[in-house]
Amino acid sequence: MTPITWGAVGGGRAAAAAHHRRRFWHGVVCCGLGLGIAVLFALHVGGASLARLNLDSAPAVSVPVVVLPVRLTNAVLAAVAVAAGLLLLLRPRGRHPYAPLGLALTAFGLAFLVWAARGTEMSFEGMLANTLIDSVPLVFGALAGVMCERSGVINIAIEGQFLAGAFLGAMVGSVTGDLWLGMLGGAAAGALIGALLAFLCLRYQADQIIVGFVIVTFATGLTTFLDTQVLTPNQSVLNSPATFGPVAVPLLDRIPLVGPIVFDQNVFLYLALALLLVIQVGLFHTRWGLRVRAVGEHPRAADTVGLRVLFIRYRNVILGGAIGGLGGAALSIGSTGEFTADMSAGLGYVALASMIFGRWNPLWAASACLLFGFADSLQSTLSVLNVPIASPFLLMAPYVATIVAVAGLVGRVRPPAADGQPYRRE
Amino acid sequence: MTEVDANAASAGTPVPPAPEPVDSPPAAGPGPRRRLQAVAVPGTLVVTVLAVFSALVVGAVIIVATSTATLTAWGHVLHDPGRAVHTSWTAVETAYAALFTGALGDPAAYVHAFQQRTAGAFVAAFTPLSETLVDTAPLLLSGLAVALAFRAGMFNIGAQGQIIAGALAGAAIGLVLPGLPGTLHLALGLVGSFAGGAAAGWVPGVLKARTGAHEVITTIMLNYVVLNLLVYLLGLPFFLGGGLQVNAISRPVPAAVQLPHLAGPGLRVNGGIVVALLAAGAVWWLMRRTTLGFRFRLIGASPAAARAAGVDIPKMVTLAFVLAGGLAGLAGGVQVLGVANQLVPNFGEELGFTAIIVALLGRANPTGVVLAALLFGAFQAGGLQMQAQTSIPIELVEVIEAVIVFFIAAPQLVRQLYRIRAQGGGIRLLSQGWGG
Repeated sequence: MTPITWGAVGGGRAAAAAHHRRRFWHGVVCCGLGLGIAVLFALHVGGASLARLNLDSAPAVSVPVVVLPVRLTNAVLAAVAVAAGLLLLLRPRGRHPYAPLGLALTAFGLAFLVWAARGTEMSFEGMLANTLIDSVPLVFGALAGVMCERSGVINIAIEGQFLAGAFLGAMVGSVTGDLWLGMLGGAAAGALIGALLAFLCLRYQADQIIVGFVIVTFATGLTTFLDTQVLTPNQSVLNSPATFGPVAVPLLDRIPLVGPIVFDQNVFLYLALALLLVIQVGLFHTRWGLRVRAVGEHPRAADTVGLRVLFIRYRNVILGGAIGGLGGAALSIGSTGEFTADMSAGLGYVALASMIFGRWNPLWAASACLLFGFADSLQSTLSVLNVPIASPFLLMAPYVATIVAVAGLVGRVRPPAADGQPYRRE
Repeated sequence: MTEVDANAASAGTPVPPAPEPVDSPPAAGPGPRRRLQAVAVPGTLVVTVLAVFSALVVGAVIIVATSTATLTAWGHVLHDPGRAVHTSWTAVETAYAALFTGALGDPAAYVHAFQQRTAGAFVAAFTPLSETLVDTAPLLLSGLAVALAFRAGMFNIGAQGQIIAGALAGAAIGLVLPGLPGTLHLALGLVGSFAGGAAAGWVPGVLKARTGAHEVITTIMLNYVVLNLLVYLLGLPFFLGGGLQVNAISRPVPAAVQLPHLAGPGLRVNGGIVVALLAAGAVWWLMRRTTLGFRFRLIGASPAAARAAGVDIPKMVTLAFVLAGGLAGLAGGVQVLGVANQLVPNFGEELGFTAIIVALLGRANPTGVVLAALLFGAFQAGGLQMQAQTSIPIELVEVIEAVIVFFIAAPQLVRQLYRIRAQGGGIRLLSQGWGG
């Protein structure tokens, strides 16, 4: 086990050794997963048991129900996981350490699903659609985090941005009767929270984690207070916005399986996808992104070459806040159609975890959001199936997974070097 | 000068203000030297008082801006400016008066009680004070849990989960072992709640020590894990007891295992506050008078110096988190064995988060945490009264508490607002990013 490194990073040889060690352990984990599939989901199932996965929901396209023999399918999936493990164990110098692990984990998940659906029919398609819907606010939140932290400001106030955005989004949408204005209001509320974070952390150099945490308390208290004091007495005027309905993308929504899931959703999903692409490309392939990353990694150097460190940080934190506010609006006017007190219920922290899980990379962070969304929708799907697992444990699973991931499965996560450190010109 | 010297000096003799220009806050300097000096802060009290005052002003503005009566009056401000001001003043005054009497009691009621000398009058007069102390006890214990971790250089957002773990263990012990004598049983329950919280604190501690996993993220995740565990366990027959129940609420802990009332059955104040104050004394002694406490503060102040001095950092990190978790667990135990008497799915709601604010306001220092917990206990008790009398939601108190910490986190802001030249008063920069 590596001891704590309080700053210093090991040399190249140590890093290579750590890489080999990690590959070895990943291999062991993969083989273990394969074995787990075989023991838990295949061996004790009768040979004639069938699982029916329903992939069809849209009337436009018709996909037949997939009928799988449980034991055979899971035996194949077990073999896939073991093969992935052996690949890692036998070729210690490979380049992509995570692909085999991901494959084995996916196999495990699929095997579990097939096993859970034994003897009945499961709406596979509906579960995937819910996964996507549940992860939309998380993606906004994770992107809000990425925007701030890539420029060197820790944003654990995502939960506060969610609540503010959900509140003002619902209120503006309700008062004006225009959902687009509501969306704008949500973004503005998030931006205000971002501005508060930036003001205290950049101008007064307050501790970013502490301020971020207190902002969440502040936003929770304020929105709950305003909900009771202002919204509830005037519910019909101030808190009854409509919701964005699904908008089908012509042609694309006719693709079997993918179409109804991805291309027949409300505008927040498309917005999240667009932002994801823009930020991913922007961060790594444009001058803007290079500057942001420079400021987040080495502000002094960035300052020396003439970048305005504080300006870039202010801009990113406020933009990030606005994106977080959109995530909040997705919760109210994108889903339930009203603001309720504490409606984000900790999702902001889940988004934060996704961002760290995804190593401050937008695409990976969004994948982590999908994982959380999947766990959530899996839990509601399984509650109607015959599965001997209590739902609290399923709800717990993604949090445990995050702990395991942060503790070493994905290796040492490396944040932007200047993340959390105030910058002061000499 | 090390942080330790600075602490000792500030405890004993007043330290002359550091000869630094006012414009550079000593707390914010990244260098270890300046960070350490910041602990000796003569301006702390001034900044704190001004921060609380400013937060109350912000709260007053929120009251005025959200009540229908004041808004109507302000709508006619050109027509009748006197009425607008008067209505606003009355709204704020009634709210804050209710907050005050709900926290400390009504002076008239005290006079009445001492004139009448009846039990009923005394109970009525002292109920607010009793409620304040009831709310203070768990806040103080969990605030100490956060403060201890702060001193060792770590941010324990996991107090919430540790509180629940402690309450689970305490309630479980309270519900089994029926034959034991009451006092022993109660002591076992408290020890059990300490152990339960310590177990929940051990996880992030050992993960940080062994793998460097950042405690902020692991403790947040653990909060959810423990919460779901609570929901699961509350569904079990052991906690539910017999009978058919709609809500998952545990059966009550037997009366013999409950913390004794301190001032008769009419007032809710119980042994919890004594436990909490003893714990504060113990933490003070640990941090100031023992080698272990010295090492905790050393790894918090300067990990490099600690390593050079041969301190086993991973062990200290784990141990600090175990002790912090134990204190938070004790808060859960005091809550379930003193006030709530049973477990509910939203047990200790928000308590662990308010604890963080308490620790920050108390500058992570046992005496400060006691004062901060008293203040927030008073806010909590008074806020309920305010909600009942003036129908202003108690969440206003939460907003005020958060604003206090904004001002304390940025003491420079307070100094600029009030044009004072006091030194320090800020929160020591704790987290230099996710790296640890």
